[in-house]
Amino acid sequence: MSDLKLMKGNEALAEAAIRAGADAYFGYPITPQSEVIEYLMAECPEKRTGMVVLQAESEIAAINMVYGAASTGKRVMTSSSSPGISLKLEGISYLAGAELPAVIVNVVRGGPGLGTIQPSQADYFQSVKGGGHGDYKLYVLAPASVQEMADFVADAFEIAFKYRAPVLILSDGMIGQMMEKVELNDQVERMSDEDIIQKYGSWATTGKKGRERNIITSLDLQPEKMEARVQALQKKYERMENEDLRYEKIQCDDAEFLIVAYGSSARIAQKAVQLGREKGIKVGLLRPITLFPYPKQQLFKLADQVKGILSVELNTGQMVEDVKLSVHHKVPVAHFGRTGGSIHTPEEILEALEENIIKDGSIRHH
Amino acid sequence: MEVLDIIRPENQVFCKSGLMTDATLSYCPGCGHGTVHNLMMEVIDELGIVEDTIGVAPVGCSVLAYDFMDIDMTQAAHGRAPAVATAISRTWPNKYVFTYQGDGDLAAIGTAETIHACNRGENIVIIFVNNGIYGMTGGQMAPTTLVGMHTSTSPYGREVETMGSPLKMSELIANLPGTYYVTRQSVHTHKHARKAKKAIKTAFQNTRLGNGLSLVEIVSNCNSGWKMTPNESNIWMEENMFANYPLGDIKVKGKLRQIG
Repeated sequence: MSDLKLMKGNEALAEAAIRAGADAYFGYPITPQSEVIEYLMAECPEKRTGMVVLQAESEIAAINMVYGAASTGKRVMTSSSSPGISLKLEGISYLAGAELPAVIVNVVRGGPGLGTIQPSQADYFQSVKGGGHGDYKLYVLAPASVQEMADFVADAFEIAFKYRAPVLILSDGMIGQMMEKVELNDQVERMSDEDIIQKYGSWATTGKKGRERNIITSLDLQPEKMEARVQALQKKYERMENEDLRYEKIQCDDAEFLIVAYGSSARIAQKAVQLGREKGIKVGLLRPITLFPYPKQQLFKLADQVKGILSVELNTGQMVEDVKLSVHHKVPVAHFGRTGGSIHTPEEILEALEENIIKDGSIRHH
Repeated sequence: MEVLDIIRPENQVFCKSGLMTDATLSYCPGCGHGTVHNLMMEVIDELGIVEDTIGVAPVGCSVLAYDFMDIDMTQAAHGRAPAVATAISRTWPNKYVFTYQGDGDLAAIGTAETIHACNRGENIVIIFVNNGIYGMTGGQMAPTTLVGMHTSTSPYGREVETMGSPLKMSELIANLPGTYYVTRQSVHTHKHARKAKKAIKTAFQNTRLGNGLSLVEIVSNCNSGWKMTPNESNIWMEENMFANYPLGDIKVKGKLRQIG
């Protein structure tokens, strides 16, 4: 039976990790996500399920601990916030290169630099365009509620192991800090060591027993071998696009205007859609749930139906580039966003839609 | 004794460990890495722990250690091997987990990971090969480079005023309550190699007993980086490196020893 609770996003995420049967969490405190490790430490998951929780000496150590546990087939997670994720990027690139499954959570705050501890979506580029060095991508899930903070943990582990790849949950300070009711999944039993050895014996470094040795590395000094390795990664990303794209369409069926927004911006934009509809504006919302893969084809199709698109983000215009790439100049695309920890109101979003899209759209189409 | 008598199997004194692969070592002729690898594989074989051993390779000359050691291994980012090993050991508490690191990896970029893994007393073995230079990148100054020593980034000799003094990591971490066994050895003669092997065996036995962190430093030569013949480098090492990095046990069973 599932459990209904009132929880902070960060706490729901932490509880969901225990219940998803995670084997380990390694983290380092940073606002606005310190509740994740605090909650885990207070819950003593070592006693509840045998899950290891360790406070590392830095974000760098934490992501490399993730790399270590992941290399042995364990289900392992870390979380941080923007400056901490920047520190983890080398390790994330290694995870992608060595093809290791792991879940990384970014509860985004405003930047650049030390920036602010307030919510932001300014890490979009970092999350979906690589971030670390080399030709790799992350599968990126963007929760828009406390419920999704919880639900996406198990989903992220599933994807991570399906593809043997790192998965990013891209949240922000608002989703992490706000409290909502959340329905938690039942406890999933952790995999036994024997099951891990059997299931992941073809690659995991669990000790050379009854098989050839396993090696986890991202290094290949021969260009043709390294090229083949990188091409294999690209095949994996294509498969993600074909099999595991997620998005939500809200009131898009009769929409003449479209807002595209993810995460906390999508929550606020949903209210803007309601306000617009009350004024007689036929506006819909496309919410990408995965930021990679991105709903490119869905946007391409919607561009035949709507007169203009507004990308709403808590940054100065990052996802808008992907919206533009998706719609091939079929309709005007504009960006609206607050940044530096400021959060847009539904009224501001509607006003931006009216000023930048409806006006332009009507000029274009009449 | 004729040559043919010497190579008869019954006269064999040393051989390649069965846990060393047939891959050609990527190390320069005369370098100590190959000997250290072989000693480690002999120890793992003799203790019968190959099925439960997981090694962590560094970045540096020994980045390809996994090509030569016929055991499960994970290659870590530069300096992060102790963090990688920490997680493997914590999630597989019955396994033997070791890191194999050079002085650039362990004493420069990975100083924080080294100190904190030692301070937490992780139940792992750290094999630390110290040759006082960055070998792989072509002979740059390391934190362990001796004062006055010429490298490609200290071409007029290491100068304390601007470049600091050689960092004695083993002495530093021996002072942390989390370390159980810290020793400094070398492998340039048979006698030294035998002692080093004994130390490596003690370290893995400590893991078996759950005693916590063991660090075996091997002071080694880098004839290419030092721009000497192998033999000259060993003599130079005895005269200069050992004066700064005296051989012997630094901490045994959690108790500090006098050394040097």
